[in-house]
Amino acid sequence: MDSKFSALDRREFLQGFGNVAAASLAGIFGNPLLAGSKTARAVVYQDPLPAASQALLSSGNPLLAGRPSVRYPEKTDLILLTSRPPQLETPMKYFERAITPNEAFYVRYHIPPPSQIDLSSWRLKVDGLVERPLELSQEDLRRKFTPATIVAVNQCSGNSRGFFSPRVFGGQWANGAMGNAAWTGVRLRDVLSMAGLKPGALEITFNGLDKPPLPTVPDFVKSLGVARATEDPDVLIAYQMNGRPLPVLNGYPARLIVPGWYGTYWVKNLEQITVLDHEFDGFWMRKAYLIPDTPCGCVEPGTTPARTVPINRMRVRSFIASPQDGTALRAGRTVTLKGIAFDGGSGIRDVSLSADRGANWQPAQLGSDLGNYSFREWSFRWTPQQPGEYRLMARATNRAGDSQAAEPIWNPAGYLRSSIEYIDIRAE
Amino acid sequence: MNYWNRPLFWLIAIVGLAASAFSQQKIIQLPQDNPMSQIKPGPGEEMVRKNCSVCHSTDYIVRQPRMDASRWAAEVTKMTDVFGARINTSDAKTIADYLAKNYGPAAEAEKRKSGNGN
Repeated sequence: MDSKFSALDRREFLQGFGNVAAASLAGIFGNPLLAGSKTARAVVYQDPLPAASQALLSSGNPLLAGRPSVRYPEKTDLILLTSRPPQLETPMKYFERAITPNEAFYVRYHIPPPSQIDLSSWRLKVDGLVERPLELSQEDLRRKFTPATIVAVNQCSGNSRGFFSPRVFGGQWANGAMGNAAWTGVRLRDVLSMAGLKPGALEITFNGLDKPPLPTVPDFVKSLGVARATEDPDVLIAYQMNGRPLPVLNGYPARLIVPGWYGTYWVKNLEQITVLDHEFDGFWMRKAYLIPDTPCGCVEPGTTPARTVPINRMRVRSFIASPQDGTALRAGRTVTLKGIAFDGGSGIRDVSLSADRGANWQPAQLGSDLGNYSFREWSFRWTPQQPGEYRLMARATNRAGDSQAAEPIWNPAGYLRSSIEYIDIRAE
Repeated sequence: MNYWNRPLFWLIAIVGLAASAFSQQKIIQLPQDNPMSQIKPGPGEEMVRKNCSVCHSTDYIVRQPRMDASRWAAEVTKMTDVFGARINTSDAKTIADYLAKNYGPAAEAEKRKSGNGN
């Protein structure tokens, strides 16, 4: 008998070998992405939906009239805004619950998303004004850093833009360009520590694998100030979403998580982090995604702001997910209204409902507190006593005391909408 | 017992590792541009489709609110001047005219009647 392996070594070795073999077999046969594919590669392709599923979306909401339901790779049926680059919004029914499933999470790209990613050769590069430039593999992210998880809302800057009056150009979203998930990854500040920022570092840029369709189209690159990047423990480079790898269309293999700030900063399919000693003057920071530099972030409808700043922290909002607008209810029968509320990081203090156009408000019951950056579920039992038309309004207040205004604001780019939402129902 | 010397062991290990490397590749294929977002037929339609579809699907046009001629002209200018779309001045005017006619305020009333959002 060969004495190189003691009995203990042999068992450990067999276990290790077994793990590799099992992982490989699981990779080939257990991987749901490979269902129906003929090769061992992870090809994710959805067959076109049957005709019935492609039917025009009939909805009480005139903005959504005629928008088909589509199923993109790794996604369930979402409401199509644009095919290419994709803008897909989440149906309101998902906002009865605090956590948005990965397959239902909205999608938004300005330039074509990556179509092929080889995780084994993917590296997250950290360069620029650093002592030690890095090239981190997926394994490095998982092994060399303490993981962190945060539950945080990602909302598109232009969510609800379709409701602006007067209307503005841009993605004509209804209210579904938002979602909430548990994001797991490494803290940005830990990665920057490993690289070691040199004196004079001012801004940090984030670039993903998405690439412009023409050389003249600006690449989608966003930046954060060095203070937030190095001090805020909640800014993450996430490689998991609700405990699973990110869908490609939500940022696989890793994306930036900037809790409390609009989704434009949450760069997807990250590949490069660069430290600068000057203000970044990229198009998507200096020309796009600007809001009026006023307390309300608004101007008179149809006018242009004198000064602008990059969009940043989210405003407090609440939504009624059910019943749907236009539903007919039975007079005298109690129903439970449900929805979610969120803000830019101070957390939700209360949500109130009004059935008499804002004359009187009553508190809703709040669900579990998943953290200051998360959706907060709310519910409200209500009985329409008499037959007739009712407008049900929901209003949230955050822990900083900010509440929602009755009237919506206006700005030329269609950002920051956060006024009180309502549904109109009829009791019969 | 020495496992290192067994060829079968190495065969399984190498195939297994290679297979697990394969499974680390993700490839997605996006659906075609949705046929329900076709632009309206008429003069200038082909020029719009040819020039604009280079970068984006036509639902970027048909989903917009109905804007007047000066606003559509400004959008076309944004495409050429900011994003570098290679469209000469004459073609840009044809495109802007098509958009103003088919996706302008006069078309808004039609859109409301049809109820299909296009």
